[in-house]
Amino acid sequence: METVLQQLINGLSLGAIYALIALGYTMVYGVLRLINFAHGDVYMLGAFAGYFLANALQLDTNPSIFGAVVVTTGAMAICAGIGILIERLAYRPVRHHSRLTSLITAIGVSLFLEYGGQVVFGATPRFFPQMVRSEIYSVGGVQITNQNLLIIVVALLMMFGLRFIVQRTRIGKAMRATSYNLSVARLMGINTDFIIAFTFALGSALAAAAGVLVALAIPRIDPLMGLMTGLKAFVAAVLGGIGSIPGAMLGGLLIGLMETGLSATAYSTYRDAVAFAVLILILLVRPAGILGASGPEKV
Amino acid sequence: MRLALSRCTLHRLALTVAYVLLTTIACERRPGTGGPESTTGDILVGMYGSLTGDGASFGQSSREGTELAVDEVNAAGGLLGGRRIRLLVEDDQSRPEEASNAVTKLVTQDKVVAVLGEVASRRSLAAAPISQKYQIPMISPSSTNERVTEVGDYIFRVCFIDPFQGEVLAKFAFNDLKARRVAILKDIQQDYSVGLTDSISKHFAALGGDVMEPVSYSTGDADFKAVLTQVRSQKPDVLFATGYYPEAAIIVRQARELGMKMPILGGDGWVGDALRNGREALNNTFISNHYSGDNPDPVVQNFVKAYRSTFKREPDAIAALAYDSVKVLADALTRAGSTDGPRLRDALATADVQGVTGRLKINEKRNVDKPAVIQEVTYVEGDVKFVYKTTINPN
Repeated sequence: METVLQQLINGLSLGAIYALIALGYTMVYGVLRLINFAHGDVYMLGAFAGYFLANALQLDTNPSIFGAVVVTTGAMAICAGIGILIERLAYRPVRHHSRLTSLITAIGVSLFLEYGGQVVFGATPRFFPQMVRSEIYSVGGVQITNQNLLIIVVALLMMFGLRFIVQRTRIGKAMRATSYNLSVARLMGINTDFIIAFTFALGSALAAAAGVLVALAIPRIDPLMGLMTGLKAFVAAVLGGIGSIPGAMLGGLLIGLMETGLSATAYSTYRDAVAFAVLILILLVRPAGILGASGPEKV
Repeated sequence: MRLALSRCTLHRLALTVAYVLLTTIACERRPGTGGPESTTGDILVGMYGSLTGDGASFGQSSREGTELAVDEVNAAGGLLGGRRIRLLVEDDQSRPEEASNAVTKLVTQDKVVAVLGEVASRRSLAAAPISQKYQIPMISPSSTNERVTEVGDYIFRVCFIDPFQGEVLAKFAFNDLKARRVAILKDIQQDYSVGLTDSISKHFAALGGDVMEPVSYSTGDADFKAVLTQVRSQKPDVLFATGYYPEAAIIVRQARELGMKMPILGGDGWVGDALRNGREALNNTFISNHYSGDNPDPVVQNFVKAYRSTFKREPDAIAALAYDSVKVLADALTRAGSTDGPRLRDALATADVQGVTGRLKINEKRNVDKPAVIQEVTYVEGDVKFVYKTTINPN
């Protein structure tokens, strides 16, 4: 029983990581119908931005909550800028071409960031400084660290925050309009270029927050860290229903739980296969995902 | 999924092209025996290692140990009538396929007389067949998997092997830590970890202990909580993590986060800078190692002093073994009186040199019989220290 409960906690902690990243995928897809494969790499850049900021503030030797907040905010701002740049330089020029063009561009951007990262940062993994002292809470034989707890809480907050922005604010309304029909939205006086840039900035900031939080819990970062995690988060977004914000959260948690469940058996080395098996299954059985709307595609 | 596939295919294509190119070059430039340059000028020695990537600490330490020894040999007047050793270093990025590319380049293009490397057994195993094929002796400083020197009669090593290391660890766990029930985490991608796991299981069971079914993970994994939770439910007295330092650090940390307070043991693969990622969780962990820097033997202390003054840090066992591999090579070159591959091989096969890590007497399997030390891993003031506990001799 204790073991099962612990595995549930492990699964939720892992799933919250995927959920955090999946939120960014789903939002960009929701507005642009573009699968931004570079999103996992922005997550990596967020972790590196946090790494350099934290070292500049010397947080490893004197950890502080305030410092951690500064580092996370800084990394989010940097990545928001990078997100806008990526959109401006890579996606906007091909926006009016076919969707396949954008998709291939996204793969190109992803490869560029991964291998560019290897040139700039080096391929050697680095250790993320411990900005927050690690604490372990134990309840009835079940352990959870403050870092994992933080990830779960932040993922939930971000989900609600995003939902609030999209559903309740003016800019959110503009995002929904752009998502519904870009040309008509523009005719109605919405600055769609700005809305799309804003979407990328927001998504990239979320990825950066995820990068910093994950690096706190698992302090090893390298330029390819976004590859596998990003792909699994993408699967999580598809599983939950890509385009749906609660769906991304649900998908992330489910993938985390499934992976943990499999790791607990004798087939632990197949854990990476779980996400992709799920992707194939969901595309066969319910392509719109669990919470996705499966209406006819508008033309 | 399509994305992952296309990337894979691209990689494979690039590799195939590289391989074809390399083998073509190799065929064209296959050296004739005793070229005109082989009796004068610098003696070219190749070193390949993981200077970047997951195993970067291994590569850096090896390089420093090797350079120190080469500088000493050159400062003492060189070899074979005053010829200097010139070291050519290739980075394999911690990848086995790059290791074999690196050795192919060193042997066929640079025409080195001997190759030094690697640390990780998997990469040594990938590159050794090339050395063997071209009859250029290879000395692995610190690959402990038994199969490395079994590749052929041109492959040597200057460290102990895993069947012995596993015995040492099993005995320490059973006799000193009084463990009766142990769990093992192994990295199925690394020949080293798989071999060491088998050896520990065999010897611990032979002592009368109970070994749980080993749990597998892969290099690069970062979340071990699920497998550790399963291990925890079976209540082992001791946990072995037989992989390399990057994962070992995270395993130790996450085990402690799950409230697992038992001793955690590892092999020489734990010796790397990223181990300090384990932080306070490293308390109550032990490793088997090749050498201890606090050994008062003047041979060891002179090495430590020279290394410290050159590189401004403490030498680890990987650096010490790399240093020893050069000393064995220099001795063999002198005795062979030539840089010719087969003659150098014969000289290496009869080497008997006093090294920093002990007496290096090459046996009929091209291995050395050396004692192992058990060290306690401690985390003090932001850095990992290995504290000497005991020495265990081979039978």
